[in-house]
Amino acid sequence: MIITLAIMALGAVVLGAALGYASIKFRVEGDPLVEKIEAILPQTQCGQCGYPGCKPYATAISAGEAEINLCPPGGMDGVRKLADLLGREVKPLEAEEKPRQVAIIDEQTCIGCTLCIQACPVDAIVGAAKQMHTIIEPLCTGCELCVKPCPVECISMQPIAEKLDNWKWKYPVIEIKRAA
Amino acid sequence: MTHYLFIIVGAVLVNNVVLVKILGLCPFMGVSKKLDTAFGMGAATTFVLTVATGASYIIDHYLLMPFGLEYLRTLSFIVTIAAIVQLTEMVIQKTSPLLHQVLGIYLPLITTNCAVLGVPLLNIANRHDFVESLLFGAGSAVGFSLVLVLFAGIRERVEGADVPVHFRGAAIAMVTAGLMSLAFMGFAGLDRYQ
Amino acid sequence: MLPRLFSFKGGVKPQTHKASSVQLPIGQAPLPARLYVPLHQSIGGQPNPLVEAGDRVGKGQLIGGADGWMSAAVHAPTSGTVLAVEDHLAAHPSGLPTLTVVLEPDGRDEWVERTPVDHRRLAPERVRELLRDAGVVGLGGAVFPSHAKLTAAETVPVDELVINGAECEPYMSCDDLLMRERSDEIVRGIAIFRDLLAARRVLIGIEDNKPEAVLAMQQAVAQLGEDYQVVAVPTRYPAGGAKQLIRVLTGKEVPASKRSTDLGVQCFNVATVYTAWRALACGEPVISRIVTLTGNLEQPRNWEVRLGTPLRELVALGKPKADTNRYLMGGPMMGFELPSLDAPVVKATNCVIAASPTMFPPNPPEMPCIRCGACAEVCPHELQPFELYWFARARNFGKTQEYHIFDCIECGCCSYVCPSHIPLVQYFRFAKSEIWSRERDKNAADAAKARFELRNAREEREQAEKAERLARAAAARAADKKAAATAAVAAAAAAESGAPATAVAATGPTAAAGSPISAPANAPRPATPATAGDAEAIKKATIVAAMERARAQREAVQPKNTEQLSSEQKRQIAAVEARRAAPPARAEAQATSAAAAGSSLPETPDRTGD
Repeated sequence: MIITLAIMALGAVVLGAALGYASIKFRVEGDPLVEKIEAILPQTQCGQCGYPGCKPYATAISAGEAEINLCPPGGMDGVRKLADLLGREVKPLEAEEKPRQVAIIDEQTCIGCTLCIQACPVDAIVGAAKQMHTIIEPLCTGCELCVKPCPVECISMQPIAEKLDNWKWKYPVIEIKRAA
Repeated sequence: MTHYLFIIVGAVLVNNVVLVKILGLCPFMGVSKKLDTAFGMGAATTFVLTVATGASYIIDHYLLMPFGLEYLRTLSFIVTIAAIVQLTEMVIQKTSPLLHQVLGIYLPLITTNCAVLGVPLLNIANRHDFVESLLFGAGSAVGFSLVLVLFAGIRERVEGADVPVHFRGAAIAMVTAGLMSLAFMGFAGLDRYQ
Repeated sequence: MLPRLFSFKGGVKPQTHKASSVQLPIGQAPLPARLYVPLHQSIGGQPNPLVEAGDRVGKGQLIGGADGWMSAAVHAPTSGTVLAVEDHLAAHPSGLPTLTVVLEPDGRDEWVERTPVDHRRLAPERVRELLRDAGVVGLGGAVFPSHAKLTAAETVPVDELVINGAECEPYMSCDDLLMRERSDEIVRGIAIFRDLLAARRVLIGIEDNKPEAVLAMQQAVAQLGEDYQVVAVPTRYPAGGAKQLIRVLTGKEVPASKRSTDLGVQCFNVATVYTAWRALACGEPVISRIVTLTGNLEQPRNWEVRLGTPLRELVALGKPKADTNRYLMGGPMMGFELPSLDAPVVKATNCVIAASPTMFPPNPPEMPCIRCGACAEVCPHELQPFELYWFARARNFGKTQEYHIFDCIECGCCSYVCPSHIPLVQYFRFAKSEIWSRERDKNAADAAKARFELRNAREEREQAEKAERLARAAAARAADKKAAATAAVAAAAAAESGAPATAVAATGPTAAAGSPISAPANAPRPATPATAGDAEAIKKATIVAAMERARAQREAVQPKNTEQLSSEQKRQIAAVEARRAAPPARAEAQATSAAAAGSSLPETPDRTGD
């Protein structure tokens, strides 16, 4: 009996010591997974996931603290990619999926308060104090963070219109049955 | 020499650890969505399984048998395998980040792979000596990798097929696995001259 | 002597149907009532509009200036009045609008001043610029700006210049007639491209089903004493593809990752060569092109059509038969169905086919792929269309790229032979545009991330600077207090010694300044004892100073990107200026009065909210 215990204890001590030593000796800083997750996220920096930006969300996912279905701008497509990368189950998106949007400032109403400029996470708004502001459309990620701070409610979100530049060939739709 | 060859062929094809012995099904179903990851998982398992068979043979013969502690086999094997997997992961992460990226999340998964525990136990049940144990371990691992890669290849194709909605995902994968298992039954008797 | 010909893999031999449209010579299409000239007619940047509604333009006048190097200019096809610069339906499968100059012809058809040049007397760079500003683009259908193809690779000399007269698409005969009727100008035009590229050999490839064109070109070459080789190539679709023709004539196979110039070959369409000659030798920019009008018509024919002519008017010239139900632009293999006949003729319009249900029966229903491999056998790029189809259909775009979907030239051979009638090319187009759109999204996301990180870094830096400034101010105040205390002690001592007046004057300086704005706290001056009021004063002064600087910057900086504004934009700017001028006049006055006190302030962050 004593021998049994001694042998098991010996085994435990040897293995524990080896693992403990290895965890100190082979410590690695940083987490490459975070970068991979971040590459999938749409970088709107909108905070709709509850984290202050895409990187913190990626870190939280990597640490297993956050679900993968919290990113509405990424859409179901993004959830699927994350599930693929992390080997997790695909879950339906927490919020409803919206088409891509851009913010539009009604320049007649704008009073030049600069509040939206401070709110914009990606520097897509130009303007100066007491001057009209405007949004650089190609730079806008549609995060809606500028909508709330505006004191005169002159910012609205509008879906991106289909133009020749962003037009896409559609998936071929085939009639399944034709009366012969 | 032929004896060793029969052990390997038997482990790889005839008594395939996944499709005939039905061991290690979790990674077989879970890590077979993509060909690349299946290769990674196969490589990681091959390495760990070979090392684990060697280590468990040593523990069994020089620690447990002399003291008549055979009833502690399962327990001590599990602990040893877990420790080996952890150790391997840390060493790889430090020494070769690239390999770690490839094997990445699959290494810890191997700890809970029943094939890795099952093969050492089968070794003892079959009374293999040290070299036979290693060959049997390596052969089983190669067999595991082989079916994993084959299965991943099939699943990648099935992904694009018109599978009825209720069969999509795991269901059609199970059907595929069953068909593959049937196919591997065809190897039975390949080693009957043993 | 016949050169040795090579062969490309795959290809098909569809019925050609070219005979009907070559019965009559090229006709001059009449001037339509309205011309709709889209600005974006080539690959590359959209040209900037240079005219506005109400302007009078002459024939050949520049109306759209090239936007950067990869772009080509657009010109007025006739003289007349610009009615509008607005969105109009584009000749594009999407049926979406594009910015278009609407022109009402005055019927006089007066040229602006034309300046013929001799390309041999000009620097090559100047010739390329001239070609760009004349709007010369690839008229085979790809509309790639020609000047951008006219630069030889630095390391590889151009061995062969291939002139593409193959015209392999069924029904199409515009290049055929051009070569028959205007071979002289084409041969002269080739010299421009040959000189620019310093090409050693010139090969003119023409499919052998156009013997008249081959003969005409041979005669022209002989007449002009050039050493070009006119080669009849076997008729097989898509022999007119640039890579295929290069392969057939030179035996060189252009790899996916390289351009043909890297192998010392370059390829141009005969119509492109013709327009280049007209542009340089006659000073006439590209304002018309030859369009094959064929199909289900009473009178199929080739017409020289002004760009911008509405297709409805063009089609009327051929008198469509009663059962015509749709129109195709381009050939039947690679073309697309026109969304509407309101779209204009553009530089890419090489052929318009009137289609009837009997002529082009609707596609039979798609059947499952049986992996027969017929598509792989005919693919001229040696791809595996059945694999591409499998993954494109499943939206597995990564895999389609592994199978080299971007090498696909969408020639349509695979769809043509598919026994299951699968519209393979449509799947490939879908997959390609989906991949492009993802690429765009990815780039946008990366740029957004970079800006986000920059912004965070900037904010941190500003906060640190602010903290430092405050700390310095606090330190200065502490020092002042200490000095004041010492002074007070000294004053007390002095009072004892009977001299109080001087010390009192030293401790109360701000009242003497006579301004509500206090002096900065970190200036080495004695401060007031009231520290709370002091901090507020600093803030105010900082704001005033910043406003003052912003005003100065505004005055100093001239707007730089306003040379090429449309009239609409100019009007908007004027309106904004007027609005801005009224209220800020007051603010300005305030700022200047306050700034007088604050102008001597130390440096503060120069961001007021840009």
